[in-house]
Amino acid sequence: MIVQQIFFILILAAAIFLFVKKISEIRRNINLGRDEDFKDNPSQRWKNVVLLALGQKKMFKRPLPAILHLFVYAGFIIINIEILEILLDGVLGEHRLFAPMLGGLYSFLVGFFEILAATVLIACVIFLIRRNITKVKRLNQAELDGWPKSDANLILITEIVLMSLFLIMNAADLRLQELQSAHYTATEPFWISAHLTGIFGGMSEGGLIAVERTCWWLHIIGVLLFMNYLPYSKHLHIVLAFPNAYYTRLAPQGKMKNMPAIQNEVLYMMQPELAPAAGDQPAEPQRFGAKDVQDLSWKHLLDAYSCTECGRCTASCPANITGKKLSPRKIMMDTRDRLEEVGKNIAKNKEFVDDGKSLVHDYITVEELRACTTCQACVEACPVGIEPLSIIDQLRRYLIMEESNAPQEWNLMSGNIENNMAPWKFSPDDRDQWAVEMEQQS
Amino acid sequence: MNGETPEVLFWVGCAGSFDQRAQRITKAFAQILEKVGVQFAILGKEEACTGDPARRSGNEFLFQMMAYNNIAVLNGYGIKKIVTACPHCFNVFKNEYPALGGEYEVIHHTTFINQLINDGRIVLKEGGAFKGKKITYHDSCYLGRANNIYEAPREVLEALDVELVEMKRCKTNGLCCGAGGAQMFKEEEPGKTRINFERAEEAVNTGANIIAANCPFCTTMLTDGVKNQEKEDSVKVMDIAEMVAQSLAD
Repeated sequence: MIVQQIFFILILAAAIFLFVKKISEIRRNINLGRDEDFKDNPSQRWKNVVLLALGQKKMFKRPLPAILHLFVYAGFIIINIEILEILLDGVLGEHRLFAPMLGGLYSFLVGFFEILAATVLIACVIFLIRRNITKVKRLNQAELDGWPKSDANLILITEIVLMSLFLIMNAADLRLQELQSAHYTATEPFWISAHLTGIFGGMSEGGLIAVERTCWWLHIIGVLLFMNYLPYSKHLHIVLAFPNAYYTRLAPQGKMKNMPAIQNEVLYMMQPELAPAAGDQPAEPQRFGAKDVQDLSWKHLLDAYSCTECGRCTASCPANITGKKLSPRKIMMDTRDRLEEVGKNIAKNKEFVDDGKSLVHDYITVEELRACTTCQACVEACPVGIEPLSIIDQLRRYLIMEESNAPQEWNLMSGNIENNMAPWKFSPDDRDQWAVEMEQQS
Repeated sequence: MNGETPEVLFWVGCAGSFDQRAQRITKAFAQILEKVGVQFAILGKEEACTGDPARRSGNEFLFQMMAYNNIAVLNGYGIKKIVTACPHCFNVFKNEYPALGGEYEVIHHTTFINQLINDGRIVLKEGGAFKGKKITYHDSCYLGRANNIYEAPREVLEALDVELVEMKRCKTNGLCCGAGGAQMFKEEEPGKTRINFERAEEAVNTGANIIAANCPFCTTMLTDGVKNQEKEDSVKVMDIAEMVAQSLAD
């Protein structure tokens, strides 16, 4: 027994160590972004955590996946209470530690967890069907080819396996209770596994113990592996949805972030007397807009790690709907991929060494960025408050202001705005011509 | 402007000033204001682009320059309240100029018209031209999602006694007309269709005879889209101000 306990504690410690290590890497990566302050209005921010993350308010725009997702989510959170017992059993070398303490309530709780496990299982099967057989469009678009699709399937299959192990373990346990096997504390029959005991037929006590123990070990090791898989997966949203909802935009969606640096340059141009003396200029002015992930805000980077690639943004994007290359989901996936690459670069070289690549061009093309109508449908659609548009805005600013990379029509538009005070080539003198005409008509 | 501070400044916007189709919206709105006796002024030749398309294309310098000059003019005249028939101008004034020193009460013309109806200042004809007509309403992105104004324009349509048929993609799920983000001023990227074609098809499929809009750019885009559907004889795209102007009681 003591060997098993030591083995368990070692596995648990290793799992926690590796998880914390990877999470701290992600934290460092997110902090590569530019500072942005979110101290305003904490009450509204907490409200968003409750509504968006906890309450999944925006998920319910599509009721069917919302209900299935709620099953998986509620199951996941509540079944974790059971994990607490499993961990304590493992560390203390006990079996069903809480059973004697809770009596009838224990059987009720485990029965309840079993129902949740069954709903998780069913929901995951339906999700697999939606992804792989009925092929819901937003779950089968080009940017998901390869690893992202495997990632999604792996998550669903893992959850199905974990829930199955949990139910089979309980069924074997109930059968062992019937045989009055030592160490198997008597409980009331659990609601679901009580109907599964038939699968063991006339299996011997030794065989049942082997099944029960194998399921117990595979289940908990599976849980710990899954925990360590999270930070490499889109499934990280189960953690980051909460901070992301807290830090999400409170201002109207139409408000674009101001650029005080440029505001000041224009001010000094118009009123040179306000300009600071030459020596007071900051030594290294920031890049205008964003070329790479380090030029984005840390919230943009948190957004990228919070994205679970559900594609509600892309499904509502007018450019994507009409066949353009732009996909807001791909913007988020590219940002995360590039950030991971930059993170690895830093881990290897102690600091970032130029690799000749950047988020713009190498990951996100100019064609994608140009197709955005800034309609905010992607921002509106995101269940966890991610803003693909805000990243697009920053990348566009870089293209125009640092690379002078604009289509000829935009150059003409800008020239017209500057010279004729309107985006078209009309004479400013004709601006009130409509009023003259109106007067003549009356 | 003639030295007096008016009740409200009517910010016409570039489309409303220069685009022939949008000028009709401008005239319709001005006609409403005159009819109900709202004291309003325009900046005339002193008005200039808010900088919205420049900012959205990424040209922050040009946006800041336009903003600096516009705010100087508006503050110089002591403007407190602005009404505009363009949701893009509306959004810039309401959300983006305050950070640059331009703080005004800003109101979109559909909201303003709705208030004037509720206050009894606009009196509509009994059994006007749009009574019982099948009409669909297109939410512009910069009035809708950008600023959460979905109901005021619909209330005006209700006052006109129309039969409102909503498109599947409406309100927060409304589909863009394709003009925003400075797209109005360039060709679309290659794709399988144009955004305005997609949206006009959806609007035409409601069976409505009129597509009601609140934005001069949407009006242009949807008009082109309806032409693409070869439905320009049976389906008209109209700004809500035009519909109200045609329905004023004598």
